[in-house]
Amino acid sequence: MGAGHAHVLHQERDTPVHRLPPEVKVVAMVVFTLAVVATPREAFWAFGGYALLVAAVATLARVGARWLLVRTTIELPFVLFAFVLPFLGAGERVEWAGLSLSVDGLYGGWNILAKGTLGVLASLLLAATTTSRDLILGLDRLRCPQVLTQIASFMLRYLEVLVGEARRMRVARLSRGDDPRFLWQLRGFAAGVGALFLRAFERGERVYLAMLSRGYAGRMPAVWSGTGTADAGQWAVAAVVPVLAVGIAAAALVLT
Amino acid sequence: METLAMHISNGIINGPVAAVFAAFALAVLAFCVLRARADLDDRLAPMAGLVAAFIFAVQMLNFPILTAGVSGHLLGGALAALLVGPWVGALCVAVVLVVQALVFGDGGVAMLGLNITNMAVLGTAAAYLLIAVLLRVLPRTRAGLGVTAFVSALVSVVVASQGFVVEYALGGTTDLGGNLTGLAGTMAFVHLLIGIGEGLITATTVLTVAKVRPDLVYALRALKSATPPAPSVPVAGGAR
Repeated sequence: MGAGHAHVLHQERDTPVHRLPPEVKVVAMVVFTLAVVATPREAFWAFGGYALLVAAVATLARVGARWLLVRTTIELPFVLFAFVLPFLGAGERVEWAGLSLSVDGLYGGWNILAKGTLGVLASLLLAATTTSRDLILGLDRLRCPQVLTQIASFMLRYLEVLVGEARRMRVARLSRGDDPRFLWQLRGFAAGVGALFLRAFERGERVYLAMLSRGYAGRMPAVWSGTGTADAGQWAVAAVVPVLAVGIAAAALVLT
Repeated sequence: METLAMHISNGIINGPVAAVFAAFALAVLAFCVLRARADLDDRLAPMAGLVAAFIFAVQMLNFPILTAGVSGHLLGGALAALLVGPWVGALCVAVVLVVQALVFGDGGVAMLGLNITNMAVLGTAAAYLLIAVLLRVLPRTRAGLGVTAFVSALVSVVVASQGFVVEYALGGTTDLGGNLTGLAGTMAFVHLLIGIGEGLITATTVLTVAKVRPDLVYALRALKSATPPAPSVPVAGGAR
């Protein structure tokens, strides 16, 4: 289960991309994705341009291509959907290798494949270069309501509590002679899920009360933040990629 | 033979429709933030975090259904509505979705509005409406609570999946023609099965919590405070 995902994805490096303040990276990533999605699907060259941008950022952040490719498998269900579309789509059809394929469906499949993959790559780059703690800090600086950042920071904190508690219960079961293998593990998990929730809550409540008694008031102390708020220069540096992407999207819109 | 996870990824629904739903989701979330401020006390804050973490973990469990690579996952909207109420609950699910989209690329960032509308807004609202009704109608026993949890979770999953069908009908990037009803049917069927799993997990979790710490179950608290004075509890408001 989500065992320490937040740490699995983050790649500890010291590169210009890693050093950028989180709020800048979040905005850049969102603008980039929106530009990709707004691009008409017939403009094949534009997607090549986006891929080059992603590759450039990945090189700069020293994130390996293999690491990225393995993790893009998260969108696999949608890739399958993309391959089904040419068969299901309505309208004009073409013959290819003896198969009757819908033109609209082919474009649709390509559309999902290209935009989905670029979106996943962009968020993977964000995840690889930003710790989860910094991410919440970035959202907080972007004036995200405190209720949300509070829930988000507790969520990430309690994920660890939950995983740790689940591991403890599993060890307890094993040491009492349970022999869980693959699917049978699910049964033990299902039986213990309520208990797991309760145990995790009571642990989490203690964590929360400990935080309160040390002066927690809905926001982490400023010393926690590794980087200061972004200055104009950092915004300008990070704006390069999204501005280029918006330029490509605009050109593609005009040309097609 | 559809192969849809619940998170819509970039490029499936066209831009204008996504933008409309993003605006809708944003408005609903803003309203939830206002309502949640009153709810979020010292007891609910850690609970909201844990519910969000729980949903996060549970959404990682993908159910393989049938043989054709069809899979779906649990949503957790009903669990959130039961344990932390509709306002904070919707926010919990939304936070999970935002973090998944930003960090894991699960569900496109541009499609966040659609995903939040389906899972956080529709799922939680449907669940809470049912909870509000069922808890009043059914006997106040463990069985009654269990049935409430199971049914509301089941229905909320199916409602959320039909949200996707409506969105696809409005702005799907590929015209499926007559296959759309097929899509609706497959989605409903697949998510009925997922809903059963979701219902079982929700019911066991809520029953355990209700047995040991009934004070932690928001739905029960709201019901109790509603019985003596006029019911000023946000019951019908869950629809928004």
